[in-house]
Amino acid sequence: MPEIVYPQETGEPVVVDLQDPYWAAFFAWVWPGAGHFYQRRFAKGFLFMICILSTYFFGLGIGQGRVVYASFKPGDLRWQFVCQLGVGAPALPAIIQSMKTKKGGDPFWILCERFPADYRNSSLAFHKITPENSNGYSGETIKDGFMAPPGGMNKPKARSRVQTDTLGRWHFEGKHYFEMGTLFTVIAGLLNLLAVYDAFCGPAIITPAQREMLESKKKKKNKKNKK
Amino acid sequence: MNVFSIADFDDLLLAAIPQIWFALPLIVVVSLVYGATRHENLREILAHSMRNAIWCFGFMSIIFFLIWIAGFWN
Repeated sequence: MPEIVYPQETGEPVVVDLQDPYWAAFFAWVWPGAGHFYQRRFAKGFLFMICILSTYFFGLGIGQGRVVYASFKPGDLRWQFVCQLGVGAPALPAIIQSMKTKKGGDPFWILCERFPADYRNSSLAFHKITPENSNGYSGETIKDGFMAPPGGMNKPKARSRVQTDTLGRWHFEGKHYFEMGTLFTVIAGLLNLLAVYDAFCGPAIITPAQREMLESKKKKKNKKNKK
Repeated sequence: MNVFSIADFDDLLLAAIPQIWFALPLIVVVSLVYGATRHENLREILAHSMRNAIWCFGFMSIIFFLIWIAGFWN
């Protein structure tokens, strides 16, 4: 149980009990704030949880549940997911969806269905199917899943074309909110890495001794510049 | 027949908010989380966050102003 004591210029020193820092870091990654709850640092736990999760879910919401997905295929290298994964368990459904759709399967939690991009036999365009516009179409459709990669990538025919079209359609339908949602979720993931660091090492408080050192370094620099 | 969906409602609601305002919650959240990694006391965290947020807002305003001015360069 490592305990860190930060001496203060005035008043009581700050004492932080990190418990088992490895478990704390793991809990902090799995659920933002959970590592701090484990260390009984409740105020900071709530602060991290509210800030990070609200940012993440707001981004996921404005991106209509499509901005967090795991895809590392040529043509759709979703590098943003590496950052989004920093938020822990809330990003894990994307991995489940990726595994489910890997071999051409349909995702869980279907948001909507679309006609394939190469469907040219009728006047139907590449768009969402609703009972009103299905026009009796009975072929295989592309399904948008919650936190699933763009549909159609693993269908045997028209592989890259279909996939690209679905992703393009998401951008078109979501307008700039697709990018905005991606940005919010990426920032949430990166912020949680700071929270994980805080749970593992404690806060980076500057002690009076360190402050003195920094100030003396500044003074030396200023003297050199004057010369 | 057109059916008014939740997505349409979202579009209308979000369209009413200028894009630049989306930076504000990000500034607040980033400042708070960064402040929390530098202090343990809530009061100090808030003070540090406030300074950070003002610095961030000022820096972004300068960049915004420069880009805005650059728009007249044609």
